[in-house]
Amino acid sequence: MVAHAIFFYIFSIIAVISAIMVTVSKNTVHSVFFLILDFISISCLFIMIGAEFLGMIMLIVYVGAVAVLFLFVVMMLNVAQQKNQWFNSEATSSSHIPVGLIISTIIFFELIIVVGGWKYKPELSNPNTTKISNEISNTHSLGQVLYTDYIHIFQISGMILLIAMIGAIVLTFRRREGVKTQSYLKQISRERSEGIEVLEVQSNKGVKIDD
Amino acid sequence: MEYLNLVFEEVYKILFLLVPVLVSVAMIVWLDRRVWAFVQKRQGPNVVGPFGLLQSLADALKYIFKEIIIPASSNKIIFILAPIITMTLALIAWAVIPFGEDQVLADINVGILYIFAVSSLGVYGIIMGGWASNSKYPFLGSIRSAAQMVSYEVSIGIIIINVLLCVGSLNLSDIVLAQQKIWFIIPLFPMFVIFFISALAETNRPPFDLPEAEAELVAGYQTEYSGMMYAMFWLGEYANILLMCSLGSILFLGGWLSPIDLYPFNLVPGAIWLILKILFLFILFALVKAVVPRYRYDQLMRLGWKIFLPFSLTYVVLTASYLFYFNLLPTL
Repeated sequence: MVAHAIFFYIFSIIAVISAIMVTVSKNTVHSVFFLILDFISISCLFIMIGAEFLGMIMLIVYVGAVAVLFLFVVMMLNVAQQKNQWFNSEATSSSHIPVGLIISTIIFFELIIVVGGWKYKPELSNPNTTKISNEISNTHSLGQVLYTDYIHIFQISGMILLIAMIGAIVLTFRRREGVKTQSYLKQISRERSEGIEVLEVQSNKGVKIDD
Repeated sequence: MEYLNLVFEEVYKILFLLVPVLVSVAMIVWLDRRVWAFVQKRQGPNVVGPFGLLQSLADALKYIFKEIIIPASSNKIIFILAPIITMTLALIAWAVIPFGEDQVLADINVGILYIFAVSSLGVYGIIMGGWASNSKYPFLGSIRSAAQMVSYEVSIGIIIINVLLCVGSLNLSDIVLAQQKIWFIIPLFPMFVIFFISALAETNRPPFDLPEAEAELVAGYQTEYSGMMYAMFWLGEYANILLMCSLGSILFLGGWLSPIDLYPFNLVPGAIWLILKILFLFILFALVKAVVPRYRYDQLMRLGWKIFLPFSLTYVVLTASYLFYFNLLPTL
């Protein structure tokens, strides 16, 4: 049990410190790296409470895919320059900071409600349903619940993701004119008779091609 | 005291696994160069030691004594961290590979997800190395490689789902034991072919070695690296290739199981069979390198997203409906 507690505190300290560093560090790429460290330590915490499937999916989806795209955007766009524009120029500075303040206040109050409810009404979170039986594995029990009791919610979330994906494609799609693309079907279906023409060339007359 | 003993025992086990892996990585580099040379009717490295077996050792010594140059304008911490991360991630995935019944370092329930997660983290070593070098060629190489690895991970994930449908467990030992009757390469042969090609792309092997295409990008993300840090990138890369080969042999070639379950073949330890299968897949990797020219980048992306992804998704539906209608779905 002591070892368990030691590991819990190590991972949670890393998670909290890296979460603070995400907001504090000056270099945006560094903050993305701290975000990744945060994700990794959170997934370690998931594995420690016995939710190994959730921890691994967290690693695969967030660290393996989402954070890579974050890193892409941060590296390619010059975010540092943009940030300085936002905060230094006097004309636009007023519009961004209030929005951020409002959102952070809302999140803060939500956190207070959640922590308060968990502290004073512990029966609301119903610990019986979260108990993990040792007989069947985590993944099996998750699958049994997800595709029976919560099938509608599961499918609705799938549809929302699909709509989001289609929306992102529609927003960024533009048909460009005059771009030469390779048509594989055309290449494969080319015949010798279409490509080559054998001509009898008479002397001193020549052949006119490309007309 | 008892706790310390436990820790020492684990460390001993880990060393017993990692030292052979590192030695075989060195040997596999030699094998790669030899196969490549034989296809092109050359001799390959044959001077140092018998058949040139010690060539990789000599190369490693050379790398150790070379100077490590850190570019002045680079981001030093991340620049040094990148090869370390690549190498660590390539090695920790070996913890869940089973070499026989109960011969596995960590027999975890979600073994296949663990390997998938670790191999998807491998892209960070490359991105960090390319960005921290603060130079154009490494940056372009790392961007290319990140896009390539993320795309082909998707198709590898769906191929793994195909196998998992037939097994009903995420544990690697269970996956091997489910193949006692028939290896999955026979019913899922198209998936094996796609897995092999995706593994080539995932490990940045030719013909998909766009990240380090020497004709256009010098050496890709490794351009600014030298000495031991370069060697660590290269060790991590080959350890990843070996890992992909072993994953392929566990998923499709029956892992440690012997090809025929008869008397003389049963006596051979399972680890030997697994190593033989890994070697077979690796020789295929090396042959592909020698035979096929490099892909163009848009062709690579098209292959991943427009051909492999729809095809493997269709195959998931086919496998699932076949198993469902013939009542072959695995039970708990």
